[in-house]
Amino acid sequence: MTTAPSATATERLEVRADSDVVRVRQLVRTVAQQARLSLVDQTKLVTAASELARNTLVYGGGGEVEVELVADGRRSGVRAVFSDEGPGIADLDLALTDGWTSGNGLGLGLSGSRRLVEQFSIDTAPGAGTRVEIVTWSR
Amino acid sequence: MSDSVPILKIGSTLLVSIQVDLQDDTALQLQEDLAERITRTGARGVVIDISGLEIVDSFIGRMLASVAAISRVLDAQTVVVGMRPAVAITMVELGLSLGGVRTALDVERGLAMLAPAHESAESVLLAAAAERESR
Repeated sequence: MTTAPSATATERLEVRADSDVVRVRQLVRTVAQQARLSLVDQTKLVTAASELARNTLVYGGGGEVEVELVADGRRSGVRAVFSDEGPGIADLDLALTDGWTSGNGLGLGLSGSRRLVEQFSIDTAPGAGTRVEIVTWSR
Repeated sequence: MSDSVPILKIGSTLLVSIQVDLQDDTALQLQEDLAERITRTGARGVVIDISGLEIVDSFIGRMLASVAAISRVLDAQTVVVGMRPAVAITMVELGLSLGGVRTALDVERGLAMLAPAHESAESVLLAAAAERESR
């Protein structure tokens, strides 16, 4: 499983308003169907994408999302990357704790979306923005 | 701004059927509209049909819980109906439990659940039929 997934066209969306979060959900849904994810896996992935796109908007002050269909020879999958140039996250462990929020949310966005996808990685530092990458593969 | 979600009144129950992919500001608007309609109409129940929703994320989940709490304070009960199985599975894994929100499988069961709280739809129909006969 060390082969680099081959990628097809990458779709990029800006996240600047509530309506963009809906657009991200719709794009991820479309690509998840192309990747032949099961309905439950599609729903989990789209829900995670919705949480992360909202984080990009609310905490990151806006940013962009890249979505692509990926393949590793055997399986197809969806990769989505959420990036912003916002304040970043100082204490990542805390931010990944259920129920903890720096805003007025439920504190489930980051921790909950991590549970909904197969691969989750986050790259952030104070003042350096935040980049979250998620991948879910077909079974 | 996006389109608002229509609220129908059936007897003393308000029925909301969400048929669009809800954006956050629309969800907040619906919450305010419902509170206003409950007080204006004296509705005793609210049925929210989410069978058209492909996902319920933490924001929509919080809106549903808030509507239930607000209507309770305004002396009305809320039932959320029509959740898709994949949405239920995802919501639980996300960590949303919708505590304090009553649920039913479909609109019919939701209305039946509210019926004991005020007049049942059946008794209204029976009364109307009896009235017609007595004329």
